[in-house]
Order: sequence, then structure tokens, then C-alpha cells
Amino acid sequence: MYEPKIIGFLCNWCSYRGADTAGMARMKYPPNVKIIRVPCSGRISPELVLRTFREGADGVMVLGCHIGDCHYSTGNHRTAKRMPVLKRLLEYSGIDSDRLAINWVSAAEGEKFATVIKEFTEQISAMPPFAETMKMEETK
Amino acid sequence: MSEKIGVYVCHCGSNIAGVVNVAEVSAWAGKELAKNGVVIARDYKFMCSSLGQELIEKDIKEHNLTRVVVAACSPHLHEPTFRNACARAGVNPYLFEMTNIREQDSWVTTDKLEATKKAKALIGAAVGRVVYQQPLSSLFVPIDPQVLIVGGGVTGIQAALEIADSGRKVFLVEREPTIGGHMAQFDKTFPTLDCSACILTPKMFDAGNHKNITLLTWSEVEKVEGYIGNFTVTIRKRARFITEDLCTGCGVCWEKCPKKVIDPVFEAGLGYRKAVYTPFPQAVPNYPVIDHENCTFFQKGTCKVCQKFCPTGAIDFEQQDEIITIKVGNIILATGWDLFDTRKVPNYGYGRLANVYTSLEFERLSNASGPTGGNIVLRDGKTVPKSVAIVHCVGSRDQNYHPYCSAICCMQSLKFAHLVEEKTGADVYNCYIDIRTPGKGYEEFYQRLLGEGTHFIRGKVAEITDAARNASEEGKLIVQVEDTLIGKQRRIPVDMVILSAAMEARHDAKEVAQKFGISCSHDDWFIERHPKLDPVATMTDGVFVAGACQGPKDIPASVAQGAAAAARVLSIIGQGEIEIEAATAIVDDVTCVGCTQCVSSCPYQAIEFQAERGKAYVIEALCKGCGTCVGTCLPKSITLKHFTDEQIVAEMIGAMTVMKSFEVVAPVPVEVA
Repeated sequence: MYEPKIIGFLCNWCSYRGADTAGMARMKYPPNVKIIRVPCSGRISPELVLRTFREGADGVMVLGCHIGDCHYSTGNHRTAKRMPVLKRLLEYSGIDSDRLAINWVSAAEGEKFATVIKEFTEQISAMPPFAETMKMEETK
Repeated sequence: MSEKIGVYVCHCGSNIAGVVNVAEVSAWAGKELAKNGVVIARDYKFMCSSLGQELIEKDIKEHNLTRVVVAACSPHLHEPTFRNACARAGVNPYLFEMTNIREQDSWVTTDKLEATKKAKALIGAAVGRVVYQQPLSSLFVPIDPQVLIVGGGVTGIQAALEIADSGRKVFLVEREPTIGGHMAQFDKTFPTLDCSACILTPKMFDAGNHKNITLLTWSEVEKVEGYIGNFTVTIRKRARFITEDLCTGCGVCWEKCPKKVIDPVFEAGLGYRKAVYTPFPQAVPNYPVIDHENCTFFQKGTCKVCQKFCPTGAIDFEQQDEIITIKVGNIILATGWDLFDTRKVPNYGYGRLANVYTSLEFERLSNASGPTGGNIVLRDGKTVPKSVAIVHCVGSRDQNYHPYCSAICCMQSLKFAHLVEEKTGADVYNCYIDIRTPGKGYEEFYQRLLGEGTHFIRGKVAEITDAARNASEEGKLIVQVEDTLIGKQRRIPVDMVILSAAMEARHDAKEVAQKFGISCSHDDWFIERHPKLDPVATMTDGVFVAGACQGPKDIPASVAQGAAAAARVLSIIGQGEIEIEAATAIVDDVTCVGCTQCVSSCPYQAIEFQAERGKAYVIEALCKGCGTCVGTCLPKSITLKHFTDEQIVAEMIGAMTVMKSFEVVAPVPVEVA
């Protein structure tokens, strides 16, 4: 059994605070996701996600405010459009697009945050380590 | 490595140290991260205490630290604390990085080993990042001393008076025709039983006549633009059809108006008003409003009786909505609460059984200036009830409706019980789940009620029905309740039932939150910056919340919050100018190809395309640092300061490196012969 390495890019205002809310309520979830705080999910360019996979991450999460709740009013609209395109690019490059999760978590949704993390960690755990799948691709 | 980094791991008492092995983590950081530039790593009981901060400051000076990493609680809580400590010791605050090993590690991880490993990975990330951080200087913007307060209930009035008394200008916006809010509807206030109007109306009068307060009633905020110190607010002042300058508030118009309609707002549907009306005699301002939907002239084209009789010619049927634009530096939201719609609990029969009342209806019924002149009578308007049941927790503490405790209902129900007994001598049954009386003089009030002969039944009411089972229940409302203290089902026949309904967030709270750029909780209450330490600020600088829009509250708490928000605003105004986020975007002219993708991506129109140069340009004062343009820019020409690609990648690699170092090589399976 391996421990998947997951990087979560969380917007500062909704999702990061949602993670804090989960903490304040002492909700337990697996420790695999390491959170990187960014001002807005709109800050996450596709390159950052690709780079994270290149460094050997088994999964990447991009979490932002719900549409309409963005602290920067429409920053997450870009995320909502950009990330599905990136998912298609991942598939095209031979990377399972399920390794990238996009979700919306508000500052109040501690419970949702814990659930999202738990489910994504389980989903990634069920896949082989990312580095191995890449090796397999190469040897094909 | 030229940078000298100090790493500080906080115990937070046992909050972190109880789960994360902090000593091991700091020893690990000192050893394993030395190659990244860590020259000193310490752990300490409370990093945020003055001693903890001094420790950092002392180390900065003694070890010539150039960067600082603190692993403790959420940066939303203490990032400013440590930034200041760094600044005091001569390290630019933007060379500090905080990582969250409490809310996002020790509080959410059960396994101590795993939590310790996670803390290491997070510190590895922060150390990786901090190396690439750049010193930044904040931009200072002047604060407009004018203040907008939204909501003219007791909270808004209190805040407005505090600020106006200090000599600052206040715009008080209220959506109803008068200020006063819910408190103006109440009869008596607990626990002192002083008359609500008697203590409120002098404050309303003061607010209405204060030279520094501009009242904008019958008005709503349409749009908010700008940022702390410099908000531009668009307000729609709805047409009253009354020329305010001419109106004297004599009341001839509403005396003469032939159209009588039910007043669903102030009289809670119990009483009537005219189509031209002021909600109550002490309304501030005293100008009436013509109710467009019900006015005969507007609906049928003839009448104009009010215009005929108005002695000053103040009626103006041509009046249009007015759009007002104001500039303010700070905003206080005091938008209050709505009453839970008791129709949603069908088994309590409200709306179907005539003599089931809501708490707000009872307030009007009992109020001397209400529709019955303060006589507590049934819906027929004359029968005095001989027995009354008061049902607590209607819509609150109920998983089907609102899980929260509505805070005021117990005391309100006790007050109702007292008023009913005092005015009618009826038997009163209070059906409660728990009696909650935390507050000055509240428990004493409860004890007094116990002595007054009110029946207290501990149990949640199952049903209120008029289906009688025997002669004694004939013509009565029967309250079906399990008395959990004696363990028996009871059927209590009464004449009147009062439902102590929950306070809930305004129906349009979400819309309002979006307008002002703040967020709502699950139950739509506005979220404060910190539940304990910053209860009136929000995550949006310059926007404050006060009173029941933040959560259920009684009058003393609302007034206290109104004053608290006012104090916060005054302290900002007093500073004259305020530091705004230094993390703004900047365009690299060399690589910018002038595609204008960033211009359309910016939510704030902070990027302009300078056609003569063929380059995009970020207007720093408008940029709020979201970085959406950075994610959009194809040639990577835009950088968001403090969140550069370099910094984010270094943070990610820092975490990945530590995580990889934990990966044990899988043991080769031993073949068993």
C-alpha cells in the first residue's frame, strides 16, 4: 500500500478557510493532501498543475469559491472554464484526468472540505502511483 | 545559500504539540533543511505570545536571519502578528511565511506519526517558498471618512449615532419607510419589561435629526464598487410619491385615504394600514409612502384623494426612483433577521388554525399601540383567552429546519407568559426543550416566572389540532406533547397557541453578501472574520457586520455589536490612510505580446491595454491581487507579486521533496520455500 502524494491549490478566501473550518470542527481526514494557498483559484495556470505532476504528485486538487461567491467576483469563472480544458489535455497526454480534481468549497463548508479530501484521497489511492504509470507509458 | 532562514514551530499549548511531535519537527527542520538555508529551528509553547515574538526578533538580530517561517495556526489568524514582529526586527514582512499545522494538521489528523510527517512536509514547502519571496512595500491609500450603514434597526441606529457623534458623516440606508426595525414592533423587552418603543424612539429621533446622519429610507443599495477607504455605492431611493421638502407629516393623507389594506410588515399581518401610510406614528422620517401596488390611483387611474386634501401640495404621483451615488470609506451591514415561516411546520397548524399566532403577531397583539390596543384577544377580536400555550423552538433546534438555537426565544417566551398572565389571568403552558437563559438578569427572570404560576412542560410539541376527543376539548386547540419529566403523553386544551419562531437570516442575505463581497454560513448568516476575536469585521476589508445579520442575537448584544462596529470604523478613519495589499500584478513589457487576454480576464478592470505601446498595463491601486490574469497570460508576462510561479513551484517542490523522502523502499518479498 503506497501513500499517495497530493497537492491541493486552495483559494485563500473560501476553500482555505473551509479547510480551517474543518479544523475548527476537528473533522478528521487523511493527511495526504498538502495545501498551497493562492489568492484565487483563477491564479492557477495549467502549467502549475502540469509541473506538479512532473514533480511526481499522484493527484492535484484545485479548490475555489462557489460560482458567484468569488472574493474577486469572477476569478473562479476562469477556473471553471480552464480546468476542464486542462483535463482533456491530460487525457491526451496519457495522464488519467481523474488525477485532477476541481471543486468548490465555501468558507462554511468544513464538512464538505473533509469529504472532498477523503474521497479524492481514496480515489487516488486506488490508482497506481503516478510515477509508475509514467514508466509504463514509456515502456509501451 | 545566501539566505538565513529561521523556522519556528508552535506548540499552541497542546493543540499542536498534543498530536505533532514538535520537538522532532524542529530538530528535523534544523538538520534536514539546513541545505535549504535554515540556520535555526526552534519550537516554543506559544509563538504568538509576546515572548514568542521576542524570540523571533532576538534571533533575527543575533543570527542575522533574512527569512522567517512560522509553523502554527491559520495565517488568517496570526499572519499579521508575525509579519509585524519581523518588521520590528528589520525583516521585510513579505519575507515571512506562515504554514498551518493546527487547523490543517493537528486538528484533523488522528495518527500522530502521520501528523508529524505532514507538519514536516508543510514546513518543507514553506522553507522552499520563503527563499524566493521578495521584499514588498505596501501601498497606502487615504480613507474617505464617510460611512455607509445598511439597515436602520437598533443595531444600525446605534452604530450611526456613535459615528455621527464623533463628527463623521453617516449614510443610513433602510429599505422600509422608517428606521426602527423589528424592535419598533415589540411590546416589552426582556428581562426588565420596559416598553420597547419608549427606549427605542428617542434613539430613532436622534438619528433622524443628527446633523451628521443622512437618512435614506425606502432605499436599497444596488451596487458597491471599490475597496476599503474608497467605496463607491449606488443606492436606489424608491419613489415615495411624496415631496419630502413640502411634507410636514401631518397625516391628513392617510386619514383621508379610502383604501385600507392589511399591513404585512409592521403589524405582521394582524392590522391594517392605508394605501398611503407611515408604518407607525413615531416613524422616522415622518413622511408617508404611497404603496404603489394598492393605491387606487395607480391601479385604476382615479382617486387622488390624498392630493386633494394635502395642505402643502406634497403628493407627487409623477415622482420617479432616484439613483444616488455616494463615496464612503467603510461600510457596516446591520441588515437584521427574518422570522421563520411557521407554515413550514404543518403539524402546528399556523395559517390553518385561527388562534395559532407567531411570536411577532403576539408582540403586536400585546402592544398598546397595536391593532387591538394591547388587549390580548383571539382572532374574533373580543374573546379573552382563558388558557394559552407557548411553544418554544419552532423552526430552531430542529434538524428539519434550523439546527441552531435561536438564542432569544426562551426569554421571549417567558416574557410572553408573564404578559399573558398579567393581562388576562389565563393559564399559561410553556412547552420547552431546554430553558436557556444566559444573560444578565435572565435566569432571575425565569425564577420569577416559576413563582408566577406558569406551567412548564419539558417536551417538544408533536401537534396542535382542533380535533377534539372529548367534551372538555370541544372548541379548543389541543396541544399534544410528551411531558418528558413525568414520561407521559399529554393533551392540553387551550384557547390560544403562540409559536416562538426562530430568527433566520434575511431571505436575500446571500444576494446582499455577494453585493458587498462577503460570505454567508450554511444558514445564510454573514460570516465574521473570527468568531471570537474579530466578531464584527469580515474577510473584506472595510466591510463590517453587526447585529442579527451575523447570527441570532438579543437587543443588548445587537446594540453592543453596533457600537463595536462603529469603534472599528472610527479607528480606521482615525488612521487617515490605510495599507492595502502589496501583492499586485505587474506586466513584463519585454515579453508582453499585447494579446489583451488579461484585460478581459480582470474582474476589476485594473488592466488597460496601452495601444500606443502595444502592451498591457496594471493599474496598481485597482489591482486586488487575485492573479486571474497570471493564469490567463500565455507568454507568462504577468507576475503576481508574492504569488509568483517561482514561489508557488518552490513551495510545491518543497512539499513533494519531503513527501518523497518518507517513501520507504518496498521490501523485497521473501520467497518461502
